[in-house]
Amino acid sequence: MSALLFLSKSSAIRAALLIQRWYRQYVARLEIRRRCTWNIFQSIEYAGQQDQIKLYSFFGFLMDHFTPASSERNLISHIFRENEICRDAEWERYFCYKSIDVPDSYTGPHLTFPMTFCGVSKLVEAFKHKQQLHARYVLQILGETWRLLRILPNISHLSSCHTKEITICGDLHGQLEDLLLIFYKNGLPSTEKPYVFNGDFVDRGKNSLEILLILFGFLLVYPNDVHLNRGNHEDHIVNLRYGFTKEVLGKYRVHGKKILKLLQKIFSWLPLATVIDHKVLIAHGGISDTTDLNVIARVDRHKVRKTFHFQFKTEMSAYFILDFRRRVRSLTHHSSTPSQGPPRRSLHNLYTSHQHMNWSVDDELKKRRRLAGFDQSYGERKKPDSDSDPDSKGRLIPSVQMVDLLWSDPMPQNGCIPNEVRGGGCYWGPDVTEEVLGRHNLQLLIRSHECKQDGYEFCHNRRVLTIFSASNYYEVGSNRGAYIRMGADLVPHFVQYQASKTCRELTLRQSVGWTERSALQALRRQLFVHKSDLISAFGEFDPNNTGIISPSHWASATESVLKLGLPWRVLRPQLVSSTKNGMVDYQEWMKELSITEPKLEISDTSLLETMYKNHSNLETIFRIIDTDHSGLISYEEFRQTWKLLSSHLKTEISDDVIANLAQSIDFNKDGSIDINEFMEAFRLVDLSAHS
Amino acid sequence: FCLPEAIVLNTKVLKKLKGAFQAFDTKSDNTVDIKEIGTIFYSLGFFPTQADLQTFTSEVEDERSGYIHWDRFLPAMTKVLLEDKFPPISDELLLQAFEVLDKEKRGYLEPEELTDYMTKEGEPFTQEEMDEMLTAFTDEENKHIYYKDVIPHLTLERKM
Repeated sequence: MSALLFLSKSSAIRAALLIQRWYRQYVARLEIRRRCTWNIFQSIEYAGQQDQIKLYSFFGFLMDHFTPASSERNLISHIFRENEICRDAEWERYFCYKSIDVPDSYTGPHLTFPMTFCGVSKLVEAFKHKQQLHARYVLQILGETWRLLRILPNISHLSSCHTKEITICGDLHGQLEDLLLIFYKNGLPSTEKPYVFNGDFVDRGKNSLEILLILFGFLLVYPNDVHLNRGNHEDHIVNLRYGFTKEVLGKYRVHGKKILKLLQKIFSWLPLATVIDHKVLIAHGGISDTTDLNVIARVDRHKVRKTFHFQFKTEMSAYFILDFRRRVRSLTHHSSTPSQGPPRRSLHNLYTSHQHMNWSVDDELKKRRRLAGFDQSYGERKKPDSDSDPDSKGRLIPSVQMVDLLWSDPMPQNGCIPNEVRGGGCYWGPDVTEEVLGRHNLQLLIRSHECKQDGYEFCHNRRVLTIFSASNYYEVGSNRGAYIRMGADLVPHFVQYQASKTCRELTLRQSVGWTERSALQALRRQLFVHKSDLISAFGEFDPNNTGIISPSHWASATESVLKLGLPWRVLRPQLVSSTKNGMVDYQEWMKELSITEPKLEISDTSLLETMYKNHSNLETIFRIIDTDHSGLISYEEFRQTWKLLSSHLKTEISDDVIANLAQSIDFNKDGSIDINEFMEAFRLVDLSAHS
Repeated sequence: FCLPEAIVLNTKVLKKLKGAFQAFDTKSDNTVDIKEIGTIFYSLGFFPTQADLQTFTSEVEDERSGYIHWDRFLPAMTKVLLEDKFPPISDELLLQAFEVLDKEKRGYLEPEELTDYMTKEGEPFTQEEMDEMLTAFTDEENKHIYYKDVIPHLTLERKM
């Protein structure tokens, strides 16, 4: 009897072993798919950032072709105009909330000032229940916040304490569920519960404004215990592109632009970094080889605007950054000046180099994957000749250091090079970490800025820690969010989470499947955008015009056009269904990737395609032009913008075509173009029946 | 003869190995974290046990650095391939394994039973692994695990 039992026990063990082996294998393969999907999302995000760089290079192009006499002069100066002529007192009047009445029909929360803990908790509850705060209260909170921020230093110094831990959160990107989840797990901010929020509170998610109001509310109540660091998304040009501007204007139709204007000021006044016990530095992006906290502490942070060139660290660039718009205005107004004096020449110098950078950005796209063994041609960070001299002016340019603090990313290799993926800041290596931390006597750098699958990640021998608090950032199930709790021992402890109830109930396979579908759809959009380029690339492998190419040719052609560094051969079965005998029928395939017919009646399909390719930049430019945020721009503005952009892109567009285009876009036939309607026409609807 | 074919196969296999390796070479320096070795094996269609992985890892790890270099990985993997060390588990074999556990031959297992086996026998599951398996396998209505139905559904259709 016992022998039988023994036998069955050992076969049970063997059976269990088998099942475990099989199951672990299954989970591991799912994990691989998840990583591939992750790569897709990151590549597409990268492509979006490249777009942003192209936008900035377009501005550079405008400056280069700008002459006071040119017919586009008004448009250009419109784009670059500086309207901050008022002083703070005048702004105070403009932002005054007192004239705004709260009607009896308003069902949202009422706030009293000065803010109290109860008031903010009430706000949190209200937002949890999807209520909207009245514009009067919004302006009131923002006004108080602005006043407080103006007296805060660039770098806040905190002390840890044995009785309370400091909580540090990373990017939130408008995802209110994540903030609420953090508060639920960790408790609300208070004197006993200090918090540091490390930037990128807005853009992409739907509740950027709610997050800001909550964070500002707690800041007002506990100014010594709540610390906000500025992120690169706390910037109005970035907001135009990534959704925050749209969110505010959509929620506040009457007072939206005033709110945006006030937010612009608030963003510029957000502190730049936090230091705990003189040992732990917290900043949104990171550092560079020239980071000097003493210099950063002294910069006029509200005056610095991020520009698109980062290779210069000369006096000129500092002057340039602080003075950019004034000089454009002076060029516009002094059109009668015969000589192109020194300012013009130096601007021109900058732009010549800038144009060079424009081409090298295209080259640099190939190097995005940062292969080991850096080439010289990668693009060294230009340093002024006197760089070896530690007191050289180049190193002391505070505005550039500030940009570095908000935009940089770590890299595995030693060194420090311009960050061409982001168009700002740099990539810094472990040697730079050691040097900078050593120089300041710091032991750890905590930063955010990059999405991490587990919500956090160490690098550089655990001297750099990335913390990212927006879960499911790319799609449901794509990643966890995390926050740090740190006590007096300065050892970080992590709490991870993933918002969304549905997500928790999904099995691994389902959440991977979901994320994958979404990634593939995003990828198909990218493919569509490059339709003509793809067709010509395929054509090169198909000299006899059979319409058929091999899968490996398909893969090389696709990579040569999209430059996303993705494993196309692996992805092909999920992207292409039209295969014959193992070969790809690319003409059939191109037909599969289509959009619904836009409302625009444009016979010129290549024009349509070019517009589609650049639609997100176009939208950003339109929104810049639309300074009164009415959502409308005039024919003439549209025509001129498109003409300038196409000349920059080196495509031929005749005046007639543009005029016709403008007319056909004017759906209401009232002489102005509605930006939203225009963009709606380009929304890609996936006609293919895959997924 | 077979020779040309063998060469083609080898190139294909080599590419596959390289591909799997590179997917985990996050620092782009031809090394992968040893913790990923299991995942790499599975992606190639092998079914090692944890013990097998331990043995493999200890043979190829770079001086306890926590990383394995391609140069050591490749010959070790080639050996694995040639010796067919970790053959795949077929659906039938898997079914038999479940049937061994289902002593009364009911056609299903209770979650508690499966948990007992998976977390106590063989190379035990972690709580997380157990929870995930139960979520994926358990029938909604009567909370039974109908293993016969589950096996085909959960086989991945797409090969990596």
